[in-house]
Amino acid sequence: MQNHNLFYQNKSSRNITDIFLTSISFLFALFAILPLILVVSYILFKGGSQISLDLFTLEPNPPGDEFSAGGINPALVGTLIITSIASLIAIPIGMGGGIYLAEYSKGGLFARFIRFGVNVLAGVPSIIAGVFIYALIVSTKIIFGSTYSGLAGGIALSILMLPSVIKTTDEGLKLVPNELRQASLGIGASMYTTILRITLPAAFRSIATGVVLGIARAAGETAPLIFTALFSYYYVSGFEDLFYEMGSLSVLIYNFALEPYDVQNKLAWAASFILVLSILFVNIFARILANITTKEKRI
Amino acid sequence: MEEKLTLFKNRKRFGIEKNIDIIFKNTALVLSSFVAIILLGIILVVFFQSFESFSKYGLKFLFTSEWNPVKDEYGAFAAIYGTVITSLFSIFITIPLGVGTAIFITEDFAPKIIREIIGSFVELLAAIPSVVLGLWAIFVMEPFFRGFFALLHSWFSWIPLFSSEPTGRNSLLAILILVVMLLPIVTSISRDTLNQVPKKLRNAAYGIGASRWKTIFSVILPAALSGIMAGVLLALGRAMGETMAVTMIIGNSNAFSWSLLSPGYTISSMLANQFGEADGTQVSSLFYAAFILMILSLLVNIFAQFLVKRFSLKYR
Amino acid sequence: MIKNKKQKNKIISLDNVSISYGSFEVVKNIFCDFKKGCITSLIGPSGCGKSTVLRSLNRMNDLIPNCSLKGTVMFDGINIYDKKIDPVEVRRRIGMVFQQPNPFPKSIYENIAFGARINGYVGNMDELVENSLIKAALWDECKDKLGDSGYSLSGGQQQRLCIARTIAIEPQVILMDEPCSALDPISTLKIEETMHELKKNFTIIIVTHNMQQALRVSDMTAFFNAVEYEDGDGGKVGYLAEYGSTSKIFNSPKEKTTQEYISGKFG
Repeated sequence: MQNHNLFYQNKSSRNITDIFLTSISFLFALFAILPLILVVSYILFKGGSQISLDLFTLEPNPPGDEFSAGGINPALVGTLIITSIASLIAIPIGMGGGIYLAEYSKGGLFARFIRFGVNVLAGVPSIIAGVFIYALIVSTKIIFGSTYSGLAGGIALSILMLPSVIKTTDEGLKLVPNELRQASLGIGASMYTTILRITLPAAFRSIATGVVLGIARAAGETAPLIFTALFSYYYVSGFEDLFYEMGSLSVLIYNFALEPYDVQNKLAWAASFILVLSILFVNIFARILANITTKEKRI
Repeated sequence: MEEKLTLFKNRKRFGIEKNIDIIFKNTALVLSSFVAIILLGIILVVFFQSFESFSKYGLKFLFTSEWNPVKDEYGAFAAIYGTVITSLFSIFITIPLGVGTAIFITEDFAPKIIREIIGSFVELLAAIPSVVLGLWAIFVMEPFFRGFFALLHSWFSWIPLFSSEPTGRNSLLAILILVVMLLPIVTSISRDTLNQVPKKLRNAAYGIGASRWKTIFSVILPAALSGIMAGVLLALGRAMGETMAVTMIIGNSNAFSWSLLSPGYTISSMLANQFGEADGTQVSSLFYAAFILMILSLLVNIFAQFLVKRFSLKYR
Repeated sequence: MIKNKKQKNKIISLDNVSISYGSFEVVKNIFCDFKKGCITSLIGPSGCGKSTVLRSLNRMNDLIPNCSLKGTVMFDGINIYDKKIDPVEVRRRIGMVFQQPNPFPKSIYENIAFGARINGYVGNMDELVENSLIKAALWDECKDKLGDSGYSLSGGQQQRLCIARTIAIEPQVILMDEPCSALDPISTLKIEETMHELKKNFTIIIVTHNMQQALRVSDMTAFFNAVEYEDGDGGKVGYLAEYGSTSKIFNSPKEKTTQEYISGKFG
């Protein structure tokens, strides 16, 4: 009976505290996933019921039309265009910058400064990017005299994408084992051959995952667009529409959520349904892809 | 031997290849400096645009909350106060929730699969666009909390923070939706930091008979503190700059009030609301406000970088 | 006349070479002539800088930040550290096999063809791949699966693939940095056999920790040692203690430290 005090004691204050704290942390974890479940289920429920062919093909009706809100075609196309412009700008610049940081810089002062800058730029509020492009492009009419335009919106978005592209390229390349680089240089490959043929392909999947997640994130951004691309009710019909106001799903949600009319609110839910579902789909897909990659590397 | 060597016609690198190598490197160098150029550009542009307002109102701008385009009088106190108060309150609510969740995910309380699901749910939450959360806040959260806010007011009206009759959209709702947005940031950074705390520290505490939570509180959390702090600061920076969801739910009123139950303003929601239609000194004043927002978030971010570096130096 | 013959016989010569990382000096005042058509092994205790010396021979050290070299490294009568020299061209003539097998994440065939292609090979690629694999004693084991990934091979096979990849570009000199340290004894033996074959066409310089290996494969041996700095702050700097034919170094070394190292008293 000497060892009696080794038995687990339910009532000891230490064990009660432990159980109590464990329950609290479990409760917090539940709290943490509650918003996602609630938000997604409301979107599925409220937005899913609005899905129809008209939604994808029609222009939105101006607020006040009581019976039909029309569709979100211009916003859908606009989001695709604006996000593509942003990607076309941010991906080459970001990958080039990331390549320099990871492959050439050798961790010098300049590289440390740029890496710091990348982190700071990533922390700049998204609305500031909008304000900046407004001052630089919209108010100066520097692009062929156009003010609010899809192009300006794309440029504003690219500022938000840039840090994440640089970061994923830099980090993806840093994960490539140095032995591979040495192997290539050791048989007399030039630096650019080594990067383009050996290191970039080896890091391709992790970079692609990061970039795709960055694009998905940009597709949902609103703040940089509300006074750069503004909004448009009309179909995108040709190349020259790039230089005029352009709608986007996110700005449509913002505008129509604040309208007093129920039909417009419903359209906002429908747009959320499409936006969120595609973003979640891309996210889950990219995560699965990344998981497969890490598992392959371990073998 | 000599005969074989001729099979390799590029043994000697020709000018083209050498030049491509040099061009490739320099292009990458130029592209990487874009970041610095853009950052500098943002700071300079916002600064110079705010100059007119700055010279007119000076520091008085920070302490008055008059915002009258007709009389051309501008002061951003209400917006600055709103920015600070919403971000601070939301971060204080998020810290226990986020860190608690991170502990739950990193400790082996539940089977791995459950913890992984919770972890990825929290990360997916970060992928939901802010404007969608705003929509949800307007149509789901606000009606849900309406009754609760009324109770809050009737019980605690002697506290200045709850002293006003609750209105439909108010600062407290903005704080709550901010919590939803900050939660993924704090949770995922805390989780990464907790995972990096060396196993031997935990074993040392277990080895001298500390209970699990004693170990967490007295060994693991202190070791992870600077990393978690960095995550909290990053989240704080995000909260200050967050625009859409806040703009949609905060009520957008420049009338200053202590109470969280009345409509408020933040710098970013002020920008979102007024920038499109402003002209003259008002634009410059909005840039002035934007400049303040930028300085605030830059300071918070730089301090966060500093903490990240300190943490990684400690354990790598 | 005799001197002239000696001149002809050497392929790489180090003349008063010192290498440092930043302000930290790794090796100091190395003078050494590597002979053409020989296998030379570099031996010595860890930290004596023998790998650093090896990597300086084809300018792989350029890739390490702050690494600097004083003195001259003559290859075929040219100082490869001259400003006008293109390090990439140097590496096309002096190939390298590393400590860890490092095949590219490509097929076995592509692993070999990649290097030949960037060197502008104009001959029959299939033939080159086959010949290189035969020379590296890997052909029989992988001739039926040239399309498989280089990673599907065992560690020893991977290392022989790396050797095949290097000899495919027909360098004049092959540097090997402890090529067998990550391998089992049987694979090691196979690689040593391969080296004996390669000696007919190439000059090989190998760093090894294994004295038996140095004795088995090499014609010449350079023994590196490290001494503490004169100012005595505990740091060590490497130097070339003794250099001569392998049989001489192992049977009748001149230096006492060589004798001690070879008999296993330290290292």
